[in-house]
Amino acid sequence: MNRINKKLQEDKKLLSIYFTAGYPSLNDTVSIIQDLEKNGVDMIEIGLPFSDPLADGPTIQASSTQALKNGMTTQVLFEQIKDIRKTVSIPLIIMGYFNPMLQYGVEAFCKKCQEIGIDGLIIPDLPVDVYHDEYKATFEKYGLINVFLITPQTSIERINFIDSISNGFIYMVSSASVTGSQSGFGDEQTSYFKRIADMNLKNPQIIGFGISDNKTFTQATQYAKGAIIGSAFIKHITNNGIETLSTFLKEFNT
Amino acid sequence: MTTNINNMNYNVNEKGYYGEFGGAYIPEMLYPNVEELRQNYLKIMAEPDFKKEFDQLLKDYVGRPSPLYFAKRLSEKYNTKIYLKREDLNHTGAHKINNTIGQILVAKRLGKHRIIAETGAGQHGVATATVCALMGLECIVYMGEVDIARQAPNVARMKMLGATVVPALSGSRTLKDATNEAIRDWINNPVDTHYIIGSAIGPHPYPDMVTRFQSVISQEIKWQLKEHEGRENPDYVVACIGGGSNAAGTYYHYLHEPDVKIIAVEAAGLGVDSGESAATSVLGKEGIIHGCKTLLMQTPDGQITEPYSISAGLDYPGVGPMHAHLAKTGRAEFMSIKDDEAMNAGLELCKLEGIIPAIESSHALAIFDQKTFKPTDVVVVSLSGRGDKDLQNYIEYFKI
Repeated sequence: MNRINKKLQEDKKLLSIYFTAGYPSLNDTVSIIQDLEKNGVDMIEIGLPFSDPLADGPTIQASSTQALKNGMTTQVLFEQIKDIRKTVSIPLIIMGYFNPMLQYGVEAFCKKCQEIGIDGLIIPDLPVDVYHDEYKATFEKYGLINVFLITPQTSIERINFIDSISNGFIYMVSSASVTGSQSGFGDEQTSYFKRIADMNLKNPQIIGFGISDNKTFTQATQYAKGAIIGSAFIKHITNNGIETLSTFLKEFNT
Repeated sequence: MTTNINNMNYNVNEKGYYGEFGGAYIPEMLYPNVEELRQNYLKIMAEPDFKKEFDQLLKDYVGRPSPLYFAKRLSEKYNTKIYLKREDLNHTGAHKINNTIGQILVAKRLGKHRIIAETGAGQHGVATATVCALMGLECIVYMGEVDIARQAPNVARMKMLGATVVPALSGSRTLKDATNEAIRDWINNPVDTHYIIGSAIGPHPYPDMVTRFQSVISQEIKWQLKEHEGRENPDYVVACIGGGSNAAGTYYHYLHEPDVKIIAVEAAGLGVDSGESAATSVLGKEGIIHGCKTLLMQTPDGQITEPYSISAGLDYPGVGPMHAHLAKTGRAEFMSIKDDEAMNAGLELCKLEGIIPAIESSHALAIFDQKTFKPTDVVVVSLSGRGDKDLQNYIEYFKI
């Protein structure tokens, strides 16, 4: 069974962390992954940096720009994490934009992910229908779970379609926004969380965008299986260095 | 096997592709907006009252039809028949307003009351700010910090027209980054906002919608040329290409006329092999930029690279998907013109015809030094914009 599915069966709320590979320094990737697991994180999204990250706000964009300046590439990332499964056992997901994967070759990319022990992919600009028609078979051949996003504007029909072709979890974008632009959730968001929870989808939901502290984490996981923290984590390591990531994570009761 | 260019379809198909290029590679956050547009744009454009309002505004407000001018002295110099399609004489000084008039009318019918746009040279920003003032809608224009500096008059015009100009501070701080910022704004404001894309780029249906609004250019060329020459079809249609909106409009009604040869002129910057260029058809490879699959300049690793051209309007690392298809199939001949060649061609038009062209359009004019036409050839060049906005660049370049 895929590590993501196994993790989703655990009787707890899942804390997932996004970080940009190659940031703050090129070779921080492996130690960040190892430290996140040691500090109780349930799942990790490894951000493959892109020059033009349309769905991301200033924090993740700046970290991506820096990572690229540091020399991060798809090949470098694969090289860095090639032995990651010797030391890390939690689910690992690569999150990145489609063009770098397209240039690497989608099949070659998937194959490499399987060899390394990557469990899934999140590709915000790969549309559901293109995935379904052109790439689903390849992803499945290499045992990869593709995670789709839904937003407060996503129609019920589309949510049901996304649920039908997903086999891991659904990434619920907390509000209409790019990453890192929210602080706290209001009634509008909690009613959206509740509305989706009440749909009883076959795939559990994990909420991302706007989770920055234990309060928002608790609010989100009241309705969902887990939550993803990205910008807030990157801000923390930008300001305090990667040595202190345990202080950031201590706050979350998972 | 050679492709028979005469039997190909150069229009968009029902899935939003031109051959292998196009589509809508957008984050889910944008899906409802783009889908709403996709489902409605053709319906809205076919409504009689829409057509009436659009045509009326093009006539009374933009000043269409724009003249098709026989450039006598230029023709004598190059020993061929050169016609200039005078988009520079439109209100706001470029072809851009054809599209912004169309899109603002679509936006109104979709019930949007906040308009965003990206701009490079500032022409599309001005054209958007203009129609927003005309319709009384809020207008936010994203513009690269570098472009704000080199196109100061257009920034001032946008402000006078009531628009808010927001500098794009990321990446190369030019058109590409302004487009990223506009897309982010749309993600953050999904309900009340319409994004007026200015070029024939972006996710489907944008390239097709922009092309249709700009197609008034070739529609007019047809009957105007008939008056001048007794025939609708020239031997060549020529336009400069950044993203490719004036080119798309100039070619549109000739795409399926095999006797009309199409020339697309890209900005070579300091030279195609110099590392400072925007010649996408030569330097680009298939990939995804701003929501569509097309040719774009990128690293082997798939990171989008920073283009360079003296012309802010051509300084874009991609090209519209229709043009990528025209390049790939060989339907259009792509030429690259360097900064120096464009600047000299611009000055030459001033001296020979009394017309100061935009530096973008000067690229299209520069092909006559590189390519020989027959004396009997009829060559229609899209003079996409006027050079007022570029005065500072001309002054510095020629030390006037």
